[in-house]
Amino acid sequence: MVKNATVYGKCNNPHGHGHNYTVQITVSGQVDPVTGMVCNLVDLDGFARKNIVERFDHTNLNTLDCFAQKVSTTENLSIEIYHIFKGFTAAHVERIHVEETSNNSFDYAGNGIPAPGTI
Amino acid sequence: MIFLTRKAEFSSAHFYWNDAWSPEENERVFGKCANRNGHGHNYTLEVTVGGDVDPVSGFVVDLKQLKDILEREVVSVYDHRHLNLEVPEFAKAIPTTENIAIAVWNRLDNKIPNAKLHRVRVYEMPDLFADYYGEL
Repeated sequence: MVKNATVYGKCNNPHGHGHNYTVQITVSGQVDPVTGMVCNLVDLDGFARKNIVERFDHTNLNTLDCFAQKVSTTENLSIEIYHIFKGFTAAHVERIHVEETSNNSFDYAGNGIPAPGTI
Repeated sequence: MIFLTRKAEFSSAHFYWNDAWSPEENERVFGKCANRNGHGHNYTLEVTVGGDVDPVSGFVVDLKQLKDILEREVVSVYDHRHLNLEVPEFAKAIPTTENIAIAVWNRLDNKIPNAKLHRVRVYEMPDLFADYYGEL
């Protein structure tokens, strides 16, 4: 208990706390010469709504299976969202950006080191 | 590797002037920024660090610790100061947004435990910022 309070400070309140998270997904691909699109934004929105918003919005992250064995830091949330978005096949997922507050944000682009300028 | 960005703000005064040039040349190149009485900005600093998530804590860096490092190394030195007159690295270098980004990088490099400094972004105004990734 003491160690948790020392490491996590006010984030260790046993009653939990909340954030208004903002997630940005960057995908890449060639522009389809017929549609003029990389991918249909309606498809991207639908995927995000079904797999991210419906799953995480107004839930207690700590109660979800994906955080049963991991602390629900925004680092781990970003990695989880990245892996979920790997299921979006209409374009290549480059990067996940998650804002926890207006002062803190996280970027994850998989295991590789992204090229300078991309993050 | 995951990247964490922390924001901080400071308000500072500066002017642009190159002693090797005539006053006319300074005014021609720097315009109103050459006013020797100085002028101020509310700067926003975004510092991005990269590292691996500690499997025990779930953190790359403790955000509170990163906030304290930014405060100690940068904000406490720059905030409500005249950069040209009171901050040593600008005794020679003109405190442009570019040079401020480089100076912040030099102040923070190797000061952040368990993470590597990835990018320093300095906003002089909401529509103007400079990025520095170190020497590439």
